[in-house]
Amino acid sequence: MSDALHLEFEVSGNNFVSAGGASDEVKKTLKMLGIGAQYIRKVAIAMYEGEINMVIHAGGGRAIVDIYREKIVIVLKDQGPGIPDIDLALTEGYSTATDNIRDLGFGAGMGLPNMKKYTDEFNLESEVGKGTTVTMVVNFF
Amino acid sequence: MKLSEIIKNLDAKVVNASDLDKEIVGGYCGDFLSVVMGKAPENGGWFTIMNNQNVAAVASLTEVGVIIICDGVEPDPYLDKKVRDIGLDLIITPYPVFEAVKKSGL
Ligand SMILES: Nc1ncnc2c1ncn2[C@@H]1O[C@H](COP(=O)(O)OP(=O)(O)O)[C@@H](O)[C@H]1O
Ligand SMILES: [Mg+2]
Repeated sequence: MSDALHLEFEVSGNNFVSAGGASDEVKKTLKMLGIGAQYIRKVAIAMYEGEINMVIHAGGGRAIVDIYREKIVIVLKDQGPGIPDIDLALTEGYSTATDNIRDLGFGAGMGLPNMKKYTDEFNLESEVGKGTTVTMVVNFF
Repeated sequence: MKLSEIIKNLDAKVVNASDLDKEIVGGYCGDFLSVVMGKAPENGGWFTIMNNQNVAAVASLTEVGVIIICDGVEPDPYLDKKVRDIGLDLIITPYPVFEAVKKSGL
């Protein structure tokens, strides 16, 4: 576990039009490392959803990424409002996004379900008023 | 099907096309980005009416073959620039999504 490639990103909370930079960087890095395309796609989708959630719902946050030979561990940490009902938030189609966010194509309520679907391990911890931490692992095998 | 054939079938205006001989296989229609990300096939055509730069992020992350903006909608200036910057293929067809899919031949 010591030979990890460690990356950290500040995800800005005030520009959800250009969000996705961290996911893009991670995708490029994985490509450079020669990771299989099918795994890169899973990572890219899951991480973009998480990044967007921090931007839309939490006013930004941090992405902490560790890449190992056999897997990637992505931690998304924010100090936003938190999620009162995690089971409900994980329901397909559930969204608290506003109309102007929907106009941009977000707010389908498929983000958290996608993140769960495309990762091998998914963990969401949230405390109202404190923030949310999502941990995702994708195995490269 | 070759991108050049799709462009012809759709009377499409090319905003950016890196390789007209590129093979496009299958496709997906949708405007909700999360749904598209979950379902659009790699190297397929993505039929949409969304025109902001999130479209580029989603197309790039999911490796969509060509973005097909329907109903004659123009990409906004940010999307227009971004597809050129990162080398994504994007075309505009005057036809509404349903017609566009039928005409595309995909
Ligand atoms: N980081 C976060 N901070 C606060 N709330 C969140 C966060 N991520 C998700 N949520 C809540 O969970 C809901 C469902 O999230 P998601 O499935 O990604 O759908 P969407 O983002 O399209 O609304 C959101 O509408 C929001 O209420
Ligand atoms: Mg979301």
